[in-house]
Amino acid sequence: MPSVRLFVPRDAGALAVGAEAVVAALQVGMIRRGVAADIVRTGSRGLYWLEPMVEVATATGRIAYGPVTPVDVEALLDAGLLSGGSHALRLGPPEEIPFLKRQTRLTFARCGIIDPLSLDDYHAHGGWRGLERAIAMAPSDVVETVVQSGLRGRGGAGFPTGVKWRTAAQAAAPQKYIVCNADEGDSGTFADRMIMEGDPLVLIEGMAIAGIAVGATRGYVYVRSEYPHAIATLREAIDVARRAGYLGSGVMDSPHAFDLEIRVGAGAYVCGEETALLDSIEGKRGQVRAKPPLPAHRGLFGSPTVINNVLSLAAVPFVLAEGAAAYAVLGVGRSRGTVPIQLAGNVKQGGLFETAFGLTLGDLVDDIGGGTASGRPVRAVQVGGPLGAYFPRTLFDTPFDYEAFTARDGLIGHGGIVVFDDTVDMARQARFAMEFCAIESCGKCTPCRIGSTRGKEVIDHIIRGEGDPAVHLALVADLCETLKFGSLCALGGFTPYPVMSAIRHFPEDFDR
Amino acid sequence: MAATEPWQAERAAEIIAAGAREKGATLPILHALQATFGHVPQEAIPMVADALNLTRAEVHGVVSFYHDFRQAPAGRHVLKLCRAEACQSMGGDALAAQAQAALAVGWRETSADHAVTLEPVYCLGLCATAPTALVDGQPIGRLTSARLLALLDELRT
Repeated sequence: MPSVRLFVPRDAGALAVGAEAVVAALQVGMIRRGVAADIVRTGSRGLYWLEPMVEVATATGRIAYGPVTPVDVEALLDAGLLSGGSHALRLGPPEEIPFLKRQTRLTFARCGIIDPLSLDDYHAHGGWRGLERAIAMAPSDVVETVVQSGLRGRGGAGFPTGVKWRTAAQAAAPQKYIVCNADEGDSGTFADRMIMEGDPLVLIEGMAIAGIAVGATRGYVYVRSEYPHAIATLREAIDVARRAGYLGSGVMDSPHAFDLEIRVGAGAYVCGEETALLDSIEGKRGQVRAKPPLPAHRGLFGSPTVINNVLSLAAVPFVLAEGAAAYAVLGVGRSRGTVPIQLAGNVKQGGLFETAFGLTLGDLVDDIGGGTASGRPVRAVQVGGPLGAYFPRTLFDTPFDYEAFTARDGLIGHGGIVVFDDTVDMARQARFAMEFCAIESCGKCTPCRIGSTRGKEVIDHIIRGEGDPAVHLALVADLCETLKFGSLCALGGFTPYPVMSAIRHFPEDFDR
Repeated sequence: MAATEPWQAERAAEIIAAGAREKGATLPILHALQATFGHVPQEAIPMVADALNLTRAEVHGVVSFYHDFRQAPAGRHVLKLCRAEACQSMGGDALAAQAQAALAVGWRETSADHAVTLEPVYCLGLCATAPTALVDGQPIGRLTSARLLALLDELRT
């Protein structure tokens, strides 16, 4: 049995830049040399500019190399890759890479390190301890622990997770459900995908804890169809967990029953909205429901339902294992714990950066992200996905927390930051926000369905230099007011954020 | 990409019967039909409606609501190009224009040789390696103009 272990990600982001070809080249190269090593397929560490990243286990810990192309493999093997030998691509111990060293990884503690489908790996790295503790506690104490941790929904709305759980726990019903929202549709976000591909058992553990806490025996994970690799890995992980007794009629030999299944979306962005998502699982068009009733009272199939984002549920095992205080001690103000931030787009060092709330936007973009990939000046960043505001450099002192972003007419959403250089045309970005709303509107609210189309047309006039821009801009502002106050959900309600922020902060792009 | 089967009512009936036991079975059944036949054939709509005790209009409403469900067969390969902001910031719009020109198609259209169907996608979650695409389910990151044209050549031969 070979004693050397190599680690190469199977994360879709690594596969997209050639990880599979690197594995093939490694296998050929090793056979030719008559040497052997186990190639463990992990999730990604989230340092995407260094992917494909290859790691080797040595006596003094892991040594990373990257970005590795198949062409580099021969030279790497010659340089002693299998024993951590020196080479131009050698990055040293991965945890010493500044991008990783500066993080506080709680939710992503295992991601990129373990084999995502190995129960042994998961257990050896602290897995199942949260579930064990939850089983030993009264369900109401589990709920209160999550309340005390200060964990807020990581999907975008920032609603306290524990309060949602408490509401569902107090609802009396023969059947309750836990639904995981894995419809991660915001451009610039990929943290949910990374968890599902790199550490899916933590999500399963979090859902089982939620089930025990509120008395739900059945769970659904609604995963978007754009994530075929996440779906495949999560499906295998559910099978692995079920076979080992972590799901089923007696979770870890307790009296609690909990099982779950995956439902695959079908390309509708609006299904990331929780009530549209519930309709979609029920087999209907993904149309938004009016609230009340809250899903915690009448949710999936009319039953009390907890619906949480992947990252919220994946944070729960840590909260239970280490206690509410260990989580709540991190962060600022009412934003407690850590937030997995995703640096994306035209950024030099793009990837996953989990940190306590409170770093400024400038720290994140300039310092941690290293500026643009193109090398040109950063002109704008969009925070929080297609419904998030565009921020100019003058607002880079904004601390990354829910309230600070709200105070500056923005939102942190799911924690994605998309960087644009100085070639960006902000009128086109504003137009796209309207166009996207028109394409993805579920059609229920007239301002969203029709207003977005009219908004796109008016911005087209501005872009083509037709008529008086001041008149057009007044009309756009008016439309945005109507969208904001006349839409049931965030799609229509928040489309004004990117549109109006682009106009407010980059007026020169609208005067032509 | 996985070869699709020609329409066969018995085959469709099997798929529908296997899925109909689940609660909220519409989407799983439609996905299974599309995986088998490459699209959701018109003939299947009344069968699904019948099995799930829905009207044909309701099933059609679901099929037409979701961008994924095709009502006509795709080409031999499906190229999904990401059109969302992170890919825009890295030149995604230019690549999209290039793909459309090279294939002489618009969005959701198939090239005349039936080789490639071009579909827009709003985010593949590969936003730190933009611009990105999904070719028959395989992800591609850091896409360049040269790589795109080479890929299209490959798909069309």
